Amino acid sequence: MRMRHLLCGAALLALSAGAASAATITIATVNNSDMIRMQKLSPQWEQKTGNKINWVVLEENVLRQRVTTDIATKGGQFDILTIGSYETPIWGKQNWLLPLDDFPASYDYNDIFKGVRDALSTGGKLYAVPFYAESSFTFYRKDEFEKAGLKMPDHPTYDQIAQFADKLTDKAHEKYGICLRGKAGWGENMAFLDTAVNAFGGRWFDMKWNPQLTSPEWKKAVTFYVDLMHRDGPPGATSNGFNENLALFTTGHCAMWIDATVAAGMVYDKSKSQVADVTGFTAAPKEVTDHGNGWFWSWALAVPSSSKNAKAAKDFLAWATSKDYVKTVGETDGWTVAPPGTRQSTYANPEYLKAAPFAETVKNAILSADITHPTKDPVPYTGIQYVAIPEFQAMGTQVGQLISAALAGQMSVDEALKQAQASVKSTMEQAGYIQ
Amino acid sequence: MSARNRTQPIAGTFAWLAALLMFFPIFWMFLASFKTEVEAIATPPELIFTPTLENYRDILQRADYLSFALNSVIVSFGSTVLAVLLAVPAAFGMAFYPTERTRGTLLWMLSTKMLPPVGVLVPIYLFARDVDLLDTRTSLVIIYTLMNLPIVVWMLFTFFKETPKAIIEASRIDGANVSQTIFSVLLPLVLPGIASTALLNIILAWNEAFWSLNLTAHNAAPLTAFIASFSAPEGLFWAKLSAASTMAIAPILVFGWISQRQLVRGLTFGAVK
Repeated sequence: MRMRHLLCGAALLALSAGAASAATITIATVNNSDMIRMQKLSPQWEQKTGNKINWVVLEENVLRQRVTTDIATKGGQFDILTIGSYETPIWGKQNWLLPLDDFPASYDYNDIFKGVRDALSTGGKLYAVPFYAESSFTFYRKDEFEKAGLKMPDHPTYDQIAQFADKLTDKAHEKYGICLRGKAGWGENMAFLDTAVNAFGGRWFDMKWNPQLTSPEWKKAVTFYVDLMHRDGPPGATSNGFNENLALFTTGHCAMWIDATVAAGMVYDKSKSQVADVTGFTAAPKEVTDHGNGWFWSWALAVPSSSKNAKAAKDFLAWATSKDYVKTVGETDGWTVAPPGTRQSTYANPEYLKAAPFAETVKNAILSADITHPTKDPVPYTGIQYVAIPEFQAMGTQVGQLISAALAGQMSVDEALKQAQASVKSTMEQAGYIQ
Repeated sequence: MSARNRTQPIAGTFAWLAALLMFFPIFWMFLASFKTEVEAIATPPELIFTPTLENYRDILQRADYLSFALNSVIVSFGSTVLAVLLAVPAAFGMAFYPTERTRGTLLWMLSTKMLPPVGVLVPIYLFARDVDLLDTRTSLVIIYTLMNLPIVVWMLFTFFKETPKAIIEASRIDGANVSQTIFSVLLPLVLPGIASTALLNIILAWNEAFWSLNLTAHNAAPLTAFIASFSAPEGLFWAKLSAASTMAIAPILVFGWISQRQLVRGLTFGAVK
C-alpha cells in the first residue's frame, strides 16, 4: 500500500514537472505551401517536447504590418516570426531579435549556404534561420521554342529574350511571348525590375546615397521592360503579380516567364499545371553585367526579443530548419517539395536531385546571387531586389506605382522616373542619408 | 391603369436588378468555393464544372473554424449589447430633453468616425499591452462598442425623435419615473428600431477587420482573421479563400435572413407617418 502511494506520488511529481516545463509558443507565419507543411508536421515536435504551438497564419503584407507593430511596441504576442531576408538585418540591428547562434552542434550551421547565412546576419550574428531560399530564373516552353526553331541559351541576355518573345507572341490565340510582374509593390514589380536594372548596369544609389533613378541605365532598363510588355506581354499586365503570372504560365498562355525559382515546384506539379512536361528553365537574363541579374530571397524564422518562451521557440527552430526536417518532408510529402535553397546536404541527396530536375539550376542561381555585390558599380547598400534600409518598403512601392503607371500608358517612362527620382531624393534627405 | 400602377413594374425591375448586382459577387464567391484552384482562375471563367468539396475539407483540416466563429459571435453580440445599453439613455436624453448643445454633441460623436483607425493603432496597442488585453475578446468588445457607439446613438436618436412626445409626457403625468418611461413606454414602441440598430451593429462588428487583425493573435481571433489566413503570396489560393469567406459570412447571412422582417420594419420605422 505504502509502495503504491509512493509510486503515485512519484508519477504526480513527474507529471507536474513535465507540465511546468511545457510551454505554449505562438508562431506568426505566411500562408504558403512550405509553411503549411511545417504546420502539418509540427505535431511531431509537440509530441517530442510536450510543448504546444498556436499558429497565426496571415497574408504576407498583413503579417508584416502586424508583426512590425508588435515587435516595435514590444507587445510580446509572438514567440516566432516568419520574416524575410530584407527585415532580418534591419530588425537584428535594432535588437528586436534574439541571436540564434546557440543551437546544438548537430544543427550544423556550416551546412547552410554561406550566402543565405550572410543574408540573415548582421554584425556577425545570425538573427534568423532559413526555412527556404529562392532566387529568380527564366521559365520557358520547350515545345514552343522547338516549334519556332529557337534555342534558349544557358545564360540569355535581355536582347535575346526580346527577340524570342517577338517570335513567339500570337495575341490572336492568347499566346504571349513573355509574362512579367506588373503589379505595383516593392516585392512585386520592383522585385523583377530591380534585377533588370542591375543587369542593365544601373543601381538605386551611388556611394553617397544619391538616387540614380534618372540615369541612362534605369531609363534603358525600364523602357526595355515597358516596350517588351506592350509588344509581347498579356493584356492588363499592371494587375499581374506572382500568382497571376503563375496562373497564366501554367495554363499555357506564356512562352517565357522570369520569376522566383520557388515556382518550379508548382510548374512541375502535374495536378495544377498544364505545362509540367514541356517547361524548361535557364538562368535569369543578363545584359551589360550578370551582377544582381537574379534576386535572392529567404523566408526565415526568428525569435523576437519580447518572446516569453525563447527557449522553447529556439528549440522549435532548431527542429524546423534542421537536416532531419528536410528528410522528414522528403519522406512523407515527396522530395520535390523539400524546402529548397538552404542546406548543402539537400543538394547532395540523390533522392532530391532525382525528384527535382530543377534542383541544380536553382542551387546555382542561389549561389551566384551575391547580396553584398548586387550591381556593376559599387553601392553603399546590400540586397539585390531591395535596398536593405528601413525606408525602402515605402520608396520601392512608390517607384513601383510610377512604373506601373508608365506600363499602363498613363505617363511616359521619362516622366515616371523623373517623379520617382524626386520622391526618393526627398525621402533620403528627410531620413538624413543625404546631408 | 393609374400612374402608380404603371411605374410599379419598372421600379420592381430596377429593384431586382440592383439586388442581383449586389448579390453577384457573393454568388460568384460561392461558386468558386466549389471549384479547383485552376478552375477558379480560368479565363474565360468556367460556368460548367464538377463541384468539389476539397477546399472545405482542406480548410477544416487546417484551421479550427468553430473557435474563430465563437470569437466572432461573442465579440459582435457582446459589443452590440454594450453599445445599445450605453446608447439608449444617451439617445433618450438628447431626443426628449434637448439642449442647445445637443446638435453639436451629436456631430462631435459622429466626427470620431472620421479618424482613420490606423492613426490611433500604436496608442491603443500600447494601452492594450499595458493592461494585458492584447489577444483578448474583451479588448475587441470594448473597441467595437466605442467604434460603433456614434452610429447606434444616431440611429436610436432618430427613432426616438419619431415617437410622439405626448406619450412620454403622459406617462410622466401618470407617475412613471425615467426608467419606467424608458423601459415600459418608449422601448416597446421603438423595438423594431432598436432591433434593426442592433442588427446593423452586429453586422458591422462581424465584418470589422482592421482591429481584429491587429489586436488579436490566436486566442481571440475572429472570422476575419480566419479569412486572412487563406490569402497566399505564392501559389493559387482563390478557391480556398472563397470557401473560407463563404464559411465566414454564412452565419451572419443566415442570421440576416431570419431577422430580415425586423430589419425592414426598423429601417422603415416612422416612414409612413
